[in-house]
Amino acid sequence: MNQFQYVQPAKSKAAIDTVTKDQTAMFIAGGTNLLDLMKRGIVTPEKLVDINKLPLKKIQKENGAVRIGALALNGETAEDKLVLEKHPLLSQALNAGASAQLRNMATVGGNMLQRTRCPYFYDTALPCNKREPGTGCGALEGYNRMHAIFGHSEKCIAVHPSDMSVALAALDATVLVSGPKGDRKIPFADFHRLPGDTPHIETNLQKGELILAVDLPENPYTKNIHYLKIRDRASYAFALISVAAALDLDGSNIRSARLAMGGVAHKPWRLTEAENFLAGKPATETTFRQAADLAMRGAKAFEHNKFKLKLGPNAIVQALKNAAGVA
Amino acid sequence: MAVEKDLPHTCSQGEKGQCPNEARRDFLKYSSILTAFAFMPNMAVKAADLKLEEKLVSAFEKVNVTLNINGKKRKLSIEPRTTLLDLLREQLNLTGTKKGCDYGQCGACTVHVDGQRVLSCLSLAAMQDGKKITTIEGLADGHELHPMQAAFIKHDGFQCGYCTPGQIMSAVACIREGHADSDDEIREYMSGNICRCGAYPNIVNAIKEVKNGGQKV
Repeated sequence: MNQFQYVQPAKSKAAIDTVTKDQTAMFIAGGTNLLDLMKRGIVTPEKLVDINKLPLKKIQKENGAVRIGALALNGETAEDKLVLEKHPLLSQALNAGASAQLRNMATVGGNMLQRTRCPYFYDTALPCNKREPGTGCGALEGYNRMHAIFGHSEKCIAVHPSDMSVALAALDATVLVSGPKGDRKIPFADFHRLPGDTPHIETNLQKGELILAVDLPENPYTKNIHYLKIRDRASYAFALISVAAALDLDGSNIRSARLAMGGVAHKPWRLTEAENFLAGKPATETTFRQAADLAMRGAKAFEHNKFKLKLGPNAIVQALKNAAGVA
Repeated sequence: MAVEKDLPHTCSQGEKGQCPNEARRDFLKYSSILTAFAFMPNMAVKAADLKLEEKLVSAFEKVNVTLNINGKKRKLSIEPRTTLLDLLREQLNLTGTKKGCDYGQCGACTVHVDGQRVLSCLSLAAMQDGKKITTIEGLADGHELHPMQAAFIKHDGFQCGYCTPGQIMSAVACIREGHADSDDEIREYMSGNICRCGAYPNIVNAIKEVKNGGQKV
Protein backbone atom coordinates (compact mmCIF):
# COMPACT_ATOMS: atom_id res chain seq x y z
CA MET A 1 0.00 0.00 0.00
CA ASN A 2 1.27 3.51 -0.79
CA GLN A 3 2.08 5.82 2.08
CA PHE A 4 -0.51 8.38 3.04
CA GLN A 5 -1.29 10.94 5.63
CA TYR A 6 -4.17 10.19 7.97
CA VAL A 7 -6.47 12.85 9.37
CA GLN A 8 -9.68 12.54 11.35
CA PRO A 9 -11.66 15.79 11.32
CA ALA A 10 -14.45 16.36 13.83
CA LYS A 11 -16.55 18.58 11.53
CA SER A 12 -17.97 17.94 8.06
CA LYS A 13 -16.70 21.31 6.87
CA ALA A 14 -13.09 20.48 7.70
CA ALA A 15 -13.42 17.10 5.98
CA ILE A 16 -14.94 18.67 2.86
CA ASP A 17 -12.34 21.47 2.77
CA THR A 18 -9.47 19.00 2.96
CA VAL A 19 -10.73 16.78 0.14
CA THR A 20 -11.73 19.79 -1.98
CA LYS A 21 -8.30 21.42 -1.76
CA ASP A 22 -6.07 18.36 -1.92
CA GLN A 23 -6.34 16.57 -5.29
CA THR A 24 -4.90 13.39 -3.80
CA ALA A 25 -7.11 13.27 -0.69
CA MET A 26 -10.02 10.88 -0.28
CA PHE A 27 -12.68 10.24 2.34
CA ILE A 28 -12.58 6.92 4.15
CA ALA A 29 -15.52 5.46 6.10
CA GLY A 30 -15.73 1.66 6.34
CA GLY A 31 -12.78 1.23 4.00
CA THR A 32 -13.86 -2.23 2.85
CA ASN A 33 -13.49 -1.34 -0.83
CA LEU A 34 -10.98 1.51 -0.64
CA LEU A 35 -8.34 -0.43 1.34
CA ASP A 36 -8.76 -3.40 -1.01
CA LEU A 37 -8.10 -1.09 -3.97
CA MET A 38 -5.19 0.62 -2.21
CA LYS A 39 -3.52 -2.70 -1.43
CA ARG A 40 -3.62 -3.53 -5.14
CA GLY A 41 -2.32 -0.12 -6.20
CA ILE A 42 -5.50 0.70 -8.12
CA VAL A 43 -6.27 3.77 -6.00
CA THR A 44 -3.39 5.67 -4.40
CA PRO A 45 -4.58 8.58 -2.24
CA GLU A 46 -1.87 10.50 -0.43
CA LYS A 47 -4.23 11.63 2.28
CA LEU A 48 -7.09 9.74 3.90
CA VAL A 49 -9.77 11.80 5.60
CA ASP A 50 -11.45 9.53 8.14
CA ILE A 51 -15.06 10.70 8.48
CA ASN A 52 -16.08 8.30 11.24
CA LYS A 53 -16.16 11.03 13.90
CA LEU A 54 -18.87 12.93 11.98
CA PRO A 55 -22.43 12.58 13.33
CA LEU A 56 -23.87 10.79 10.28
CA LYS A 57 -24.91 7.48 11.72
CA LYS A 58 -28.58 7.95 12.65
CA ILE A 59 -31.57 6.30 11.02
CA GLN A 60 -34.67 8.38 11.69
CA LYS A 61 -37.96 9.74 10.34
CA GLU A 62 -37.62 13.07 8.59
CA ASN A 63 -40.66 14.80 7.01
CA GLY A 64 -42.38 11.49 6.36
CA ALA A 65 -39.25 9.96 4.84
CA VAL A 66 -36.81 7.56 6.43
CA ARG A 67 -33.43 9.26 6.58
CA ILE A 68 -30.44 6.92 6.78
CA GLY A 69 -27.17 8.54 7.78
CA ALA A 70 -24.26 7.95 5.42
CA LEU A 71 -22.26 6.28 8.19
CA ALA A 72 -25.01 3.85 9.22
CA LEU A 73 -23.50 0.40 8.81
CA ASN A 74 -24.98 -2.01 6.26
CA GLY A 75 -25.62 -4.64 8.94
CA GLU A 76 -27.35 -2.34 11.41
CA THR A 77 -29.38 -0.71 8.63
CA ALA A 78 -30.64 -4.11 7.45
CA GLU A 79 -31.85 -4.90 10.98
CA ASP A 80 -33.11 -1.43 11.88
CA LYS A 81 -36.76 -1.45 13.04
CA LEU A 82 -37.78 1.58 10.98
CA VAL A 83 -36.15 0.18 7.83
CA LEU A 84 -37.74 -3.24 8.36
CA GLU A 85 -41.15 -1.66 8.91
CA LYS A 86 -41.10 0.91 6.08
CA HIS A 87 -38.61 -0.42 3.53
CA PRO A 88 -38.09 -4.16 3.98
CA LEU A 89 -36.89 -4.39 0.35
CA LEU A 90 -33.80 -2.42 1.35
CA SER A 91 -33.23 -4.74 4.28
CA GLN A 92 -33.37 -7.81 2.01
CA ALA A 93 -31.00 -6.27 -0.51
CA LEU A 94 -28.50 -5.33 2.21
CA ASN A 95 -28.55 -8.82 3.67
CA ALA A 96 -27.96 -10.30 0.21
CA GLY A 97 -24.69 -8.38 -0.04
CA ALA A 98 -21.20 -9.35 1.17
CA SER A 99 -20.76 -11.23 4.47
CA ALA A 100 -21.79 -10.53 8.05
CA GLN A 101 -18.29 -9.22 8.80
CA LEU A 102 -18.27 -6.82 5.84
CA ARG A 103 -21.79 -5.62 6.62
CA ASN A 104 -20.52 -4.70 10.10
CA MET A 105 -17.90 -2.48 8.50
CA ALA A 106 -19.34 -1.09 5.27
CA THR A 107 -21.43 2.09 5.45
CA VAL A 108 -24.49 3.07 3.44
CA GLY A 109 -22.66 6.01 1.85
CA GLY A 110 -19.65 3.87 0.98
CA ASN A 111 -21.75 1.07 -0.46
CA MET A 112 -23.11 3.42 -3.15
CA LEU A 113 -19.56 4.41 -4.07
CA GLN A 114 -18.28 0.87 -4.53
CA ARG A 115 -16.13 0.41 -7.58
CA THR A 116 -16.85 -2.31 -10.10
CA ARG A 117 -15.45 -5.80 -9.55
CA CYS A 118 -14.59 -6.16 -13.25
CA PRO A 119 -11.39 -8.27 -13.30
CA TYR A 120 -9.87 -5.99 -15.94
CA PHE A 121 -10.31 -3.04 -13.57
CA TYR A 122 -8.72 -5.02 -10.74
CA ASP A 123 -5.69 -6.31 -12.69
CA THR A 124 -3.23 -3.46 -13.07
CA ALA A 125 -1.39 -5.39 -15.82
CA LEU A 126 -4.42 -5.26 -18.13
CA PRO A 127 -5.99 -2.37 -20.02
CA CYS A 128 -8.96 -0.60 -18.43
CA ASN A 129 -10.46 2.77 -19.37
CA LYS A 130 -11.92 3.10 -15.90
CA ARG A 131 -8.60 2.63 -14.10
CA GLU A 132 -6.40 4.29 -16.74
CA PRO A 133 -8.47 6.32 -19.22
CA GLY A 134 -7.41 5.76 -22.80
CA THR A 135 -5.87 2.32 -22.37
CA GLY A 136 -8.88 0.46 -23.75
CA CYS A 137 -11.42 -1.99 -22.37
CA GLY A 138 -10.03 -5.46 -21.75
CA ALA A 139 -13.45 -6.93 -21.14
CA LEU A 140 -14.98 -5.91 -24.47
CA GLU A 141 -13.16 -8.68 -26.37
CA GLY A 142 -12.10 -10.55 -23.24
CA TYR A 143 -13.79 -12.75 -20.69
CA ASN A 144 -16.99 -10.80 -20.11
CA ARG A 145 -19.25 -13.24 -18.30
CA MET A 146 -20.02 -10.89 -15.39
CA HIS A 147 -20.53 -7.84 -17.58
CA ALA A 148 -23.27 -5.44 -18.61
CA ILE A 149 -26.12 -5.99 -21.03
CA PHE A 150 -27.64 -2.50 -20.69
CA GLY A 151 -26.22 1.01 -21.03
CA HIS A 152 -22.66 -0.04 -21.85
CA SER A 153 -20.31 1.78 -24.20
CA GLU A 154 -17.30 0.83 -26.29
CA LYS A 155 -15.18 2.27 -23.52
CA CYS A 156 -16.57 0.17 -20.66
CA ILE A 157 -18.91 -2.75 -20.11
CA ALA A 158 -18.45 -3.11 -16.34
CA VAL A 159 -21.34 -3.43 -13.89
CA HIS A 160 -22.03 -1.75 -10.57
CA PRO A 161 -21.66 -4.35 -7.81
CA SER A 162 -23.95 -2.98 -5.08
CA ASP A 163 -27.11 -4.83 -4.01
CA MET A 164 -28.19 -2.03 -1.69
CA SER A 165 -28.18 0.47 -4.55
CA VAL A 166 -30.58 -1.68 -6.59
CA ALA A 167 -33.13 -1.41 -3.78
CA LEU A 168 -32.45 2.32 -3.37
CA ALA A 169 -33.11 2.79 -7.10
CA ALA A 170 -36.41 0.92 -6.87
CA LEU A 171 -37.42 2.88 -3.76
CA ASP A 172 -36.80 6.32 -5.34
CA ALA A 173 -34.16 7.37 -2.86
CA THR A 174 -32.62 10.82 -2.70
CA VAL A 175 -28.98 11.33 -1.78
CA LEU A 176 -28.16 14.30 0.46
CA VAL A 177 -24.70 15.68 -0.08
CA SER A 178 -22.65 18.57 1.20
CA GLY A 179 -19.75 20.10 -0.68
CA PRO A 180 -17.63 23.20 -1.19
CA LYS A 181 -20.60 24.92 -2.85
CA GLY A 182 -23.10 23.98 -0.17
CA ASP A 183 -25.70 21.25 0.29
CA ARG A 184 -27.78 19.63 -2.44
CA LYS A 185 -30.08 16.67 -3.05
CA ILE A 186 -29.44 14.19 -5.84
CA PRO A 187 -32.29 11.92 -7.03
CA PHE A 188 -30.95 8.37 -6.99
CA ALA A 189 -31.46 7.92 -10.74
CA ASP A 190 -29.01 10.80 -11.30
CA PHE A 191 -26.46 9.68 -8.73
CA HIS A 192 -24.61 7.02 -10.73
CA ARG A 193 -23.56 7.55 -14.34
CA LEU A 194 -23.42 5.38 -17.41
CA PRO A 195 -19.89 4.84 -18.75
CA GLY A 196 -20.14 6.72 -22.06
CA ASP A 197 -16.71 8.11 -22.94
CA THR A 198 -15.76 8.68 -19.30
CA PRO A 199 -16.10 5.38 -17.43
CA HIS A 200 -13.65 6.64 -14.79
CA ILE A 201 -16.31 9.11 -13.62
CA GLU A 202 -18.85 6.89 -11.93
CA THR A 203 -21.11 9.27 -10.02
CA ASN A 204 -22.24 12.87 -10.32
CA LEU A 205 -20.57 13.78 -7.01
CA GLN A 206 -18.19 16.69 -7.37
CA LYS A 207 -14.69 16.74 -5.87
CA GLY A 208 -15.00 17.29 -2.12
CA GLU A 209 -18.71 16.46 -1.95
CA LEU A 210 -19.57 14.28 1.01
CA ILE A 211 -22.65 12.06 1.26
CA LEU A 212 -24.58 12.98 4.42
CA ALA A 213 -27.62 10.70 4.19
CA VAL A 214 -30.12 8.91 1.98
CA ASP A 215 -33.84 9.73 2.14
CA LEU A 216 -36.45 7.11 1.35
CA PRO A 217 -39.90 8.59 0.75
CA GLU A 218 -42.98 6.94 2.22
CA ASN A 219 -44.40 4.28 -0.11
CA PRO A 220 -46.87 1.39 -0.02
CA TYR A 221 -44.24 -1.29 -0.67
CA THR A 222 -44.02 -2.83 2.78
CA LYS A 223 -45.44 -6.29 2.19
CA ASN A 224 -45.20 -7.63 -1.36
CA ILE A 225 -41.51 -7.24 -1.95
CA HIS A 226 -38.62 -9.47 -2.95
CA TYR A 227 -34.92 -9.09 -3.62
CA LEU A 228 -33.77 -11.97 -5.78
CA LYS A 229 -30.04 -12.41 -6.19
CA ILE A 230 -28.57 -14.98 -8.56
CA ARG A 231 -24.90 -15.77 -8.14
CA ASP A 232 -22.31 -18.49 -8.63
CA ARG A 233 -22.54 -19.73 -5.05
CA ALA A 234 -25.37 -19.63 -2.54
CA SER A 235 -23.97 -16.75 -0.51
CA TYR A 236 -21.12 -14.24 -0.38
CA ALA A 237 -20.68 -13.60 -4.10
CA PHE A 238 -21.48 -10.72 -6.41
CA ALA A 239 -24.66 -10.93 -8.43
CA LEU A 240 -24.77 -12.32 -11.93
CA ILE A 241 -28.20 -10.76 -11.96
CA SER A 242 -30.36 -9.42 -9.17
CA VAL A 243 -33.91 -8.05 -9.17
CA ALA A 244 -35.57 -5.78 -6.63
CA ALA A 245 -39.33 -6.17 -6.98
CA ALA A 246 -42.06 -4.36 -5.05
CA LEU A 247 -45.81 -4.54 -5.62
CA ASP A 248 -48.73 -2.67 -4.18
CA LEU A 249 -51.60 -5.13 -4.53
CA ASP A 250 -55.34 -4.64 -4.40
CA GLY A 251 -56.43 -8.21 -3.96
CA SER A 252 -54.93 -9.93 -6.98
CA ASN A 253 -54.56 -6.72 -8.98
CA ILE A 254 -51.47 -4.57 -9.15
CA ARG A 255 -51.99 -0.95 -8.16
CA SER A 256 -48.36 -0.06 -8.80
CA ALA A 257 -44.99 -1.75 -9.08
CA ARG A 258 -41.32 -1.00 -8.66
CA LEU A 259 -38.57 -2.90 -10.40
CA ALA A 260 -34.81 -2.53 -10.63
CA MET A 261 -31.99 -4.83 -11.69
CA GLY A 262 -28.43 -5.32 -10.55
CA GLY A 263 -25.50 -6.97 -12.31
CA VAL A 264 -26.66 -5.73 -15.71
CA ALA A 265 -25.35 -2.17 -16.05
CA HIS A 266 -22.85 0.44 -14.91
CA LYS A 267 -25.53 1.69 -12.53
CA PRO A 268 -28.57 0.16 -10.80
CA TRP A 269 -30.98 -0.42 -13.67
CA ARG A 270 -34.51 0.82 -13.03
CA LEU A 271 -37.21 -0.83 -15.18
CA THR A 272 -39.70 2.02 -15.49
CA GLU A 273 -41.42 0.74 -18.63
CA ALA A 274 -42.14 -2.62 -17.03
CA GLU A 275 -43.39 -0.85 -13.88
CA ASN A 276 -45.84 1.23 -15.92
CA PHE A 277 -47.01 -1.84 -17.79
CA LEU A 278 -47.73 -3.72 -14.55
CA ALA A 279 -49.89 -0.97 -13.03
CA GLY A 280 -53.56 -1.98 -13.22
CA LYS A 281 -52.85 -5.52 -14.41
CA PRO A 282 -53.58 -8.79 -12.62
CA ALA A 283 -50.69 -10.24 -10.59
CA THR A 284 -50.21 -13.36 -12.71
CA GLU A 285 -47.23 -15.09 -14.23
CA THR A 286 -48.44 -14.12 -17.71
CA THR A 287 -48.41 -10.42 -16.83
CA PHE A 288 -45.02 -10.77 -15.16
CA ARG A 289 -43.61 -12.45 -18.27
CA GLN A 290 -44.89 -9.65 -20.50
CA ALA A 291 -43.37 -7.06 -18.17
CA ALA A 292 -40.07 -8.94 -18.18
CA ASP A 293 -39.97 -9.06 -21.98
CA LEU A 294 -40.60 -5.33 -22.05
CA ALA A 295 -37.82 -4.77 -19.52
CA MET A 296 -35.29 -6.70 -21.60
CA ARG A 297 -35.84 -4.64 -24.75
CA GLY A 298 -32.59 -3.07 -25.90
CA ALA A 299 -30.40 -5.53 -24.00
CA LYS A 300 -27.15 -6.32 -25.78
CA ALA A 301 -24.88 -9.10 -24.59
CA PHE A 302 -21.26 -10.01 -25.33
CA GLU A 303 -19.48 -13.28 -26.04
CA HIS A 304 -19.66 -14.76 -22.55
CA ASN A 305 -22.70 -13.16 -20.96
CA LYS A 306 -25.41 -14.10 -23.45
CA PHE A 307 -26.95 -16.22 -20.70
CA LYS A 308 -28.03 -12.98 -19.04
CA LEU A 309 -30.51 -12.36 -21.87
CA LYS A 310 -32.43 -15.42 -20.70
CA LEU A 311 -31.59 -15.29 -17.01
CA GLY A 312 -32.67 -11.64 -16.82
CA PRO A 313 -36.36 -12.05 -17.74
CA ASN A 314 -36.61 -15.29 -15.77
CA ALA A 315 -35.22 -13.53 -12.71
CA ILE A 316 -37.70 -10.67 -13.13
CA VAL A 317 -40.63 -13.11 -13.34
CA GLN A 318 -39.40 -15.07 -10.32
CA ALA A 319 -38.84 -11.94 -8.22
CA LEU A 320 -42.34 -10.67 -9.07
CA LYS A 321 -43.88 -14.06 -8.29
CA ASN A 322 -42.09 -14.15 -4.95
CA ALA A 323 -43.17 -10.57 -4.20
CA ALA A 324 -46.80 -11.32 -5.09
CA GLY A 325 -46.83 -14.69 -3.35
CA VAL A 326 -47.88 -16.33 -6.63
CA ALA A 327 -46.79 -19.96 -6.86
CA MET B 1 15.11 -8.04 -19.36
CA ALA B 2 17.80 -7.91 -22.01
CA VAL B 3 20.53 -6.67 -19.67
CA GLU B 4 20.57 -9.89 -17.73
CA LYS B 5 22.14 -11.74 -20.67
CA ASP B 6 25.29 -9.66 -20.46
CA LEU B 7 25.93 -10.50 -16.84
CA PRO B 8 28.99 -12.62 -16.06
CA HIS B 9 27.43 -15.85 -14.87
CA THR B 10 29.66 -18.57 -13.42
CA CYS B 11 27.77 -20.98 -15.60
CA SER B 12 25.81 -19.95 -18.65
CA GLN B 13 22.26 -21.03 -19.23
CA GLY B 14 23.50 -23.55 -21.80
CA GLU B 15 25.45 -25.48 -19.17
CA LYS B 16 22.33 -26.66 -17.50
CA GLY B 17 22.91 -29.18 -14.74
CA GLN B 18 26.57 -28.35 -14.13
CA CYS B 19 26.27 -25.78 -11.40
CA PRO B 20 22.61 -24.87 -11.25
CA ASN B 21 22.62 -23.65 -7.65
CA GLU B 22 25.48 -21.27 -8.17
CA ALA B 23 23.89 -19.97 -11.32
CA ARG B 24 20.62 -19.38 -9.58
CA ARG B 25 22.31 -17.61 -6.66
CA ASP B 26 24.14 -15.34 -9.05
CA PHE B 27 21.04 -14.72 -11.05
CA LEU B 28 19.18 -13.70 -7.92
CA LYS B 29 22.06 -11.51 -6.77
CA TYR B 30 22.48 -9.74 -10.08
CA SER B 31 18.85 -9.38 -10.83
CA SER B 32 18.15 -7.84 -7.43
CA ILE B 33 21.03 -5.40 -7.89
CA LEU B 34 19.65 -4.56 -11.30
CA THR B 35 16.21 -4.07 -9.88
CA ALA B 36 17.62 -1.72 -7.27
CA PHE B 37 19.40 0.32 -9.96
CA ALA B 38 16.40 0.29 -12.19
CA PHE B 39 14.27 1.77 -9.47
CA MET B 40 16.70 4.25 -7.99
CA PRO B 41 16.98 7.00 -10.59
CA ASN B 42 13.31 6.77 -11.35
CA MET B 43 12.43 7.06 -7.72
CA ALA B 44 14.79 9.98 -7.18
CA VAL B 45 13.17 11.88 -10.06
CA LYS B 46 9.75 11.05 -8.73
CA ALA B 47 10.76 12.10 -5.22
CA ALA B 48 11.88 15.51 -6.50
CA ASP B 49 8.70 15.86 -8.55
CA LEU B 50 6.53 15.25 -5.57
CA LYS B 51 8.65 17.31 -3.16
CA LEU B 52 8.99 14.15 -1.17
CA GLU B 53 11.34 15.59 1.40
CA GLU B 54 8.35 17.52 2.77
CA LYS B 55 5.89 14.75 2.17
CA LEU B 56 8.02 11.97 3.62
CA VAL B 57 7.95 13.64 7.00
CA SER B 58 4.17 13.65 7.11
CA ALA B 59 3.84 10.23 5.48
CA PHE B 60 6.07 8.67 8.08
CA GLU B 61 4.26 10.41 10.88
CA LYS B 62 2.88 7.87 13.25
CA VAL B 63 -0.57 7.88 14.73
CA ASN B 64 -0.98 7.37 18.45
CA VAL B 65 -3.82 5.11 19.48
CA THR B 66 -4.98 3.42 22.64
CA LEU B 67 -6.51 0.01 22.08
CA ASN B 68 -7.95 -2.48 24.50
CA ILE B 69 -6.73 -5.78 23.16
CA ASN B 70 -8.04 -8.91 24.88
CA GLY B 71 -8.64 -6.93 28.07
CA LYS B 72 -5.26 -5.21 28.09
CA LYS B 73 -4.92 -1.52 27.39
CA ARG B 74 -2.17 -0.81 24.88
CA LYS B 75 -0.79 2.59 23.93
CA LEU B 76 0.65 2.25 20.46
CA SER B 77 2.31 4.42 17.87
CA ILE B 78 1.52 3.12 14.40
CA GLU B 79 2.13 3.95 10.77
CA PRO B 80 -1.18 5.01 9.14
CA ARG B 81 -1.22 2.21 6.56
CA THR B 82 -0.85 -0.58 9.14
CA THR B 83 -3.91 -2.81 9.09
CA LEU B 84 -5.32 -4.11 12.34
CA LEU B 85 -4.32 -7.59 11.15
CA ASP B 86 -0.68 -6.61 10.64
CA LEU B 87 -0.61 -4.75 13.96
CA LEU B 88 -1.85 -7.84 15.79
CA ARG B 89 0.43 -10.30 14.04
CA GLU B 90 3.60 -8.35 13.32
CA GLN B 91 3.83 -5.90 16.19
CA LEU B 92 1.96 -7.58 19.03
CA ASN B 93 2.81 -11.19 18.16
CA LEU B 94 -0.84 -12.19 18.37
CA THR B 95 -0.51 -14.64 15.50
CA GLY B 96 -3.72 -16.52 16.25
CA THR B 97 -5.53 -14.21 13.83
CA LYS B 98 -4.63 -15.49 10.38
CA LYS B 99 -3.79 -13.73 7.15
CA GLY B 100 -5.57 -15.69 4.44
CA CYS B 101 -6.25 -13.60 1.36
CA ASP B 102 -5.56 -10.14 2.87
CA TYR B 103 -8.29 -8.72 0.59
CA GLY B 104 -11.45 -9.32 2.59
CA GLN B 105 -12.53 -12.44 0.75
CA CYS B 106 -11.83 -15.34 3.12
CA GLY B 107 -12.66 -14.37 6.73
CA ALA B 108 -9.51 -15.92 8.27
CA CYS B 109 -8.68 -12.56 9.87
CA THR B 110 -12.04 -12.13 11.65
CA VAL B 111 -11.81 -10.43 15.06
CA HIS B 112 -14.32 -8.64 17.28
CA VAL B 113 -14.19 -4.86 17.48
CA ASP B 114 -16.46 -3.47 20.20
CA GLY B 115 -18.22 -6.83 20.16
CA GLN B 116 -18.89 -6.88 16.40
CA ARG B 117 -17.16 -9.30 14.04
CA VAL B 118 -15.09 -7.51 11.40
CA LEU B 119 -12.25 -8.26 8.99
CA SER B 120 -8.97 -7.06 10.46
CA CYS B 121 -7.25 -7.13 7.05
CA LEU B 122 -9.53 -4.36 5.77
CA SER B 123 -9.37 -2.28 8.97
CA LEU B 124 -6.74 0.39 9.47
CA ALA B 125 -5.30 0.14 12.98
CA ALA B 126 -5.18 3.95 13.15
CA MET B 127 -8.98 4.02 12.82
CA GLN B 128 -9.54 1.78 15.88
CA ASP B 129 -8.52 4.31 18.55
CA GLY B 130 -10.34 3.69 21.84
CA LYS B 131 -11.88 0.43 20.66
CA LYS B 132 -12.04 -2.95 22.31
CA ILE B 133 -10.47 -5.69 20.21
CA THR B 134 -10.97 -9.38 20.93
CA THR B 135 -8.90 -11.96 19.06
CA ILE B 136 -8.93 -15.74 19.28
CA GLU B 137 -6.30 -15.45 22.03
CA GLY B 138 -8.77 -13.49 24.14
CA LEU B 139 -11.65 -15.95 23.91
CA ALA B 140 -10.65 -18.59 26.45
CA ASP B 141 -11.02 -17.93 30.17
CA GLY B 142 -7.50 -18.69 31.35
CA HIS B 143 -6.97 -22.37 30.63
CA GLU B 144 -10.70 -22.96 30.27
CA LEU B 145 -11.60 -23.12 26.58
CA HIS B 146 -14.46 -21.00 25.29
CA PRO B 147 -17.48 -23.29 24.63
CA MET B 148 -17.11 -22.66 20.88
CA GLN B 149 -13.46 -23.72 20.93
CA ALA B 150 -14.40 -26.89 22.82
CA ALA B 151 -17.25 -27.59 20.38
CA PHE B 152 -14.97 -27.18 17.34
CA ILE B 153 -12.63 -29.79 18.84
CA LYS B 154 -15.48 -32.14 19.74
CA HIS B 155 -17.09 -31.94 16.30
CA ASP B 156 -13.86 -31.94 14.30
CA GLY B 157 -14.69 -28.50 12.92
CA PHE B 158 -11.37 -28.23 11.08
CA GLN B 159 -8.66 -30.11 9.26
CA CYS B 160 -5.66 -27.91 8.52
CA GLY B 161 -6.87 -25.35 11.06
CA TYR B 162 -5.85 -22.22 9.17
CA CYS B 163 -9.35 -20.77 8.89
CA THR B 164 -10.32 -21.94 12.38
CA PRO B 165 -9.57 -18.80 14.45
CA GLY B 166 -11.67 -16.77 12.01
CA GLN B 167 -14.39 -19.44 11.95
CA ILE B 168 -14.58 -19.49 15.76
CA MET B 169 -14.68 -15.68 16.10
CA SER B 170 -17.40 -15.59 13.47
CA ALA B 171 -19.31 -18.49 15.06
CA VAL B 172 -19.39 -16.76 18.46
CA ALA B 173 -20.71 -13.59 16.82
CA CYS B 174 -23.23 -15.61 14.79
CA ILE B 175 -24.85 -16.84 18.01
CA ARG B 176 -24.60 -13.47 19.78
CA GLU B 177 -26.33 -11.78 16.82
CA GLY B 178 -29.16 -14.30 16.98
CA HIS B 179 -28.45 -15.79 13.56
CA ALA B 180 -27.97 -19.44 14.53
CA ASP B 181 -31.57 -20.64 14.64
CA SER B 182 -31.35 -23.17 11.81
CA ASP B 183 -28.74 -24.93 9.69
CA ASP B 184 -29.58 -22.69 6.74
CA GLU B 185 -29.32 -19.54 8.82
CA ILE B 186 -25.97 -20.65 10.23
CA ARG B 187 -24.67 -21.38 6.73
CA GLU B 188 -25.82 -18.00 5.45
CA TYR B 189 -24.35 -16.03 8.34
CA MET B 190 -21.10 -18.02 8.31
CA SER B 191 -20.64 -17.59 4.55
CA GLY B 192 -17.94 -14.97 5.04
CA ASN B 193 -15.57 -17.63 6.39
CA ILE B 194 -14.15 -19.86 3.69
CA CYS B 195 -12.75 -23.31 4.62
CA ARG B 196 -10.67 -24.96 1.91
CA CYS B 197 -10.70 -28.31 3.70
CA GLY B 198 -14.48 -28.31 3.61
CA ALA B 199 -15.17 -28.75 7.32
CA TYR B 200 -18.47 -26.90 6.91
CA PRO B 201 -20.91 -29.62 8.13
CA ASN B 202 -18.89 -30.09 11.31
CA ILE B 203 -18.66 -26.36 11.86
CA VAL B 204 -22.45 -26.11 11.60
CA ASN B 205 -22.74 -28.96 14.15
CA ALA B 206 -20.36 -27.24 16.55
CA ILE B 207 -22.32 -23.98 16.35
CA LYS B 208 -25.65 -25.77 16.79
CA GLU B 209 -24.39 -27.56 19.88
CA VAL B 210 -23.21 -24.35 21.52
CA LYS B 211 -26.44 -22.58 20.56
CA ASN B 212 -28.67 -25.38 21.83
CA GLY B 213 -26.51 -25.94 24.92
CA GLY B 214 -27.50 -22.46 26.04
CA GLN B 215 -23.99 -21.72 27.32
CA LYS B 216 -22.98 -18.12 27.62
CA VAL B 217 -21.02 -17.09 24.55
